Amino acid sequence: MNDLIYGIELTITGLLIGSMYSMVALGFVLIFKASSVFNFAQGAMTLFAALTLVGLIPMVGFWVALLLTVGVMGGVAVFAERAIFRPLVGAEPLVIFVATLGLAFILEGSAQIFWGTQPHGLKLGLPVEPLMIGGVFVSMPDFISALAAAFFVILLVLFFHKTRIGLGLRAIADDHVAAQSMGIQLRKVWTIVWVLAGIVALAAGMLWGARIGVHFAMSLIALKALPVLIIGGIESIPGAIVAGLIVGVAEALGEGFIGPLVGGGVQDIMAYLVALLFLMFRPYGLFGEEMIERV
Amino acid sequence: MLMRRASIRFSPALATGVLAAGVLATASATLPTQTSIAAEGEIYHPMLVTRTGPFASAASGVSSGQQDYFALVNANGGIDGVKIKWEECEFGYKTPRALECYERFRGKWKIVYPNSTPVIFALSKRLTEDKVLGINLAGGRSESTDGTTFPYLSPVILNFWSQAASTIRYIAQQEGGEAKLKGRKIAFVHLDNAYGRQPFPIFDALAKKFGFEWKSWPLAWPALEQSAAWVDIARRFRADWAIQWNYGQSCNVPMTEMKKVGFPIEKFVGTLWCGSEEDVTPAGDLAKGYVSANYHGVGLDFPVIQEIIKKVHDQGKGNIDRKRVGTVAYNRGVLTGIIIVEAFRNAIKSAGMPLDGKKVRDGFRMIKLDKKRLKELGAEGLLPELVFSATYHGGIEPQLFQRWDGKTWTTISDWVPPYEDVVKSEIKRAAAEYKKQTKQ
Amino acid sequence: MALPDARTQLPQVLQRDMRYLPGSLDRLALFLLVGFFLLVPPFLGDYWLKGILVPMLILSIAALGLNVLTGYAGLISLGQAAFMAIGAFAGVIAYGRYGIPIPLTLLLAGLTAALVGAVVGTPSLRIKGLYLLVATLAAQFIIVWTIQRVPWIGAASMVTINTPPVFIGAWEIDTALEQYYFSLAVAAVLTLFAWNLTRSRVGRAWMAIRDHDVAARVMGISMLRYKLLAFMVSAFYGGIAGALVVFAWVGAANVQEYELELSIQLLGMIIIGGLGSILGSYLGAAFIALLPIAISIGMHNLYGIVGGEIVSAAVLANAEHVVFGVLIVLFLIFEPLGLAHIWRRFSSRFEFRLGSAVRT
Repeated sequence: MNDLIYGIELTITGLLIGSMYSMVALGFVLIFKASSVFNFAQGAMTLFAALTLVGLIPMVGFWVALLLTVGVMGGVAVFAERAIFRPLVGAEPLVIFVATLGLAFILEGSAQIFWGTQPHGLKLGLPVEPLMIGGVFVSMPDFISALAAAFFVILLVLFFHKTRIGLGLRAIADDHVAAQSMGIQLRKVWTIVWVLAGIVALAAGMLWGARIGVHFAMSLIALKALPVLIIGGIESIPGAIVAGLIVGVAEALGEGFIGPLVGGGVQDIMAYLVALLFLMFRPYGLFGEEMIERV
Repeated sequence: MLMRRASIRFSPALATGVLAAGVLATASATLPTQTSIAAEGEIYHPMLVTRTGPFASAASGVSSGQQDYFALVNANGGIDGVKIKWEECEFGYKTPRALECYERFRGKWKIVYPNSTPVIFALSKRLTEDKVLGINLAGGRSESTDGTTFPYLSPVILNFWSQAASTIRYIAQQEGGEAKLKGRKIAFVHLDNAYGRQPFPIFDALAKKFGFEWKSWPLAWPALEQSAAWVDIARRFRADWAIQWNYGQSCNVPMTEMKKVGFPIEKFVGTLWCGSEEDVTPAGDLAKGYVSANYHGVGLDFPVIQEIIKKVHDQGKGNIDRKRVGTVAYNRGVLTGIIIVEAFRNAIKSAGMPLDGKKVRDGFRMIKLDKKRLKELGAEGLLPELVFSATYHGGIEPQLFQRWDGKTWTTISDWVPPYEDVVKSEIKRAAAEYKKQTKQ
Repeated sequence: MALPDARTQLPQVLQRDMRYLPGSLDRLALFLLVGFFLLVPPFLGDYWLKGILVPMLILSIAALGLNVLTGYAGLISLGQAAFMAIGAFAGVIAYGRYGIPIPLTLLLAGLTAALVGAVVGTPSLRIKGLYLLVATLAAQFIIVWTIQRVPWIGAASMVTINTPPVFIGAWEIDTALEQYYFSLAVAAVLTLFAWNLTRSRVGRAWMAIRDHDVAARVMGISMLRYKLLAFMVSAFYGGIAGALVVFAWVGAANVQEYELELSIQLLGMIIIGGLGSILGSYLGAAFIALLPIAISIGMHNLYGIVGGEIVSAAVLANAEHVVFGVLIVLFLIFEPLGLAHIWRRFSSRFEFRLGSAVRT
């Protein structure tokens, strides 16, 4: 097989994986956009959601379990917003960042108390056989996951652009004070954003769970989102999506073509190298807005 | 703004309260041994355990398996009347926490089994100073098979190099002899850390000897995303065989990936660290037919396990969910318990109570688990024959291979020995290197 | 009444900050603290020395360095653990392989880390906040990866290098007490250095950058010089802390101990302890490193007293995480300025009462 076809296959693999990175990054973007909080607990929320889902499935069946988990995540989100972040409004962003670390401890600990430490499979019944299109192989389950991720993103974008709440959200992202003076209830919107982030966590947990199983290490997937955020710009939803794809492709091609030169294992470094490149030439990401300061 | 001011006004009192709670908790740290005073004629045995975090799934089974075996020994009247009282120190697979645990129970350790290679490395200096044996079954420092250079360390059974060599012999057996390995391509998928790189020198030596080609695909922890590596293995390198050296949750990732790239699962062999139920269940049906190495028998079909069920679990004294009895991690715990109790027994017999680290180490060196002794213990087929000495701390033993059928593991091979000469020369080289580093 | 000297014309807060020790209560507390750290440890067991105090001192040094960067210069880094790794390996190679004396080795470990720190700091000239955080995160990954990959470092096959017995001249540092005093001496020197540095011209420049970097630039403060200097100082402290891990605590350099998790913990330490506070670096290190241990022991003892089979060991172990998380959140809600601030408020209230008592 020549390098061209191999390159194409890697690119496709990378794009499909990249869409899953976008999913994880979206949770961060949502919360950052509305409240400038970098939510380190997003990974723990993903773990919590996925564990709750697989824990409930044997009891009540998939669909009921899914509904219940959405409810649970909503509860977690409201709790986090009320009990942790509302009292910290106005604190330094770094302080809130460390508070999300505390939240991560709480979520990881309680997830394991409720659902135990044993790993679980989460099979959504997707076909697993690879697809061959003109001599190029495409992974079917990844393709379906990517479609699901795309569908979810479209829903989110519609929500943001076509509903009143979404409008309020965007207004708040632009300017807190102005939005409030226009009669938008900041707290209500924040609560909604946290709930949305909880649901994104559930969606990401399902997609990743179907791929790698549901277990504690899942909360580490969130780390994959950090370079994505830099490349896309932290407050941009389209940025998260495009950057996720870029990171996926960069990782796959990097592992395939640069890896052999240095003994492999460059996948994770690649994402950060690309992020550094962006920091040099577009410090605020593809779609991020540059902060202009006045003295 | 209003909220801010309010919270600041209340803060001193509340903060002081929380601080006081913190101080109180710290103060209780001054009495770490309060609950841990063993009665006269009891063996007090502190244990390092991992019940939280990413590695808790299998590690908790190993800890509880040991405790169940200790409970069985106690239920049978102890070791010649001496009972074992164990106490846990949770470190969550975090090295600094393990160091703190070690200091907390310092002077009380009889034998240290962290079930973590990084911890064994970090503790090794301290263990030698304190004359306490540190063991890490099928892991730890591979060259600590050499009991002369490492008087207080031991891999007990199957060091990493033996595992690698035995796995190659298994592949040779499947191919129909070492001669058939010539020209074959073996892909090695592994974590990019000390553990994952252990097999390198063995593969290099054996590749030269038998004429196969091998290539490494390192994966950064946590290695939950391996698609690029697998596309490469199946589509470009076109491996004849693939070996995985993952750990914990990264073990099940290749199952999905192989299916996606169309790599046959029959040509895939896992390390014994990817051979427990926890490692395959997340992959569901995709793991059907997966073969991994192991260093012990699987299932409930051993007299000692049956006895544990009868005398410990049926009495409501089990240390683990009854469903997990007989799992790979659990059986590992039981056989570790057997080895530890044998060391205790030898130590009591030769040096008498009360036990200390050195006595137990000497007892460990006297362990002779031959066919007859294994039968007495009800552990025939559970573990290979083990004979240790002052110069040989274990590590060159054969592996078993087992296949996953979607629900349980079934042993499918005889004991497959490593290529002893290759392993031994690597041990010699590494022990010399260690001596040079520490200027002994 | 004498004419007010130049100092009193400074804003009151700055004036307070500029003094070496703001109040008499602070002075008393410092004497007690120094007395405690010097005199009490010989009477504490090895557990307190080796299990608690030595690791705490080492982490405090690393946190102190990070606090200089974040608390004074206003720059964020998630790469401090990687600088510790550089220091650990530079140290073990310099001492173990080339036999360079320990004091020089420590310096060398710090300087190597500082050199890399200068490179890592370059993005800070253009970006800040979360973007800088991720840029340093990249450094964290790339540094650890490089240490594992360069064969000369010697970590390739084992990733752990042991150190030979540690000698300073003819003095062998091998007991827990010696290791403690060795760490304490290093920590004391570095603390004094940080104390002075942050109160010098450099410190003021950093604070100007922190408070408003554009304004600081307009005032003629060189961003290149001061931002990179902050990164270098921070990395220097990290490097020395890493070398101390090898020479005073573990006895080996092991790359797996310097993962991202430690970097995050260090950041947590300075925020919980108090940004821009030297005392805070120590308090924060104690909080993050020791509180989980205290919770663990506390709950274990409580469990022993209550007894019975109420909860399994696994639930108990996980509950520790929950308790720790709750405590972090509570502390931040009640004292967002950090532990050091509690002390500062307490002491200033005391001073105030003292002052009014004298006046009446």
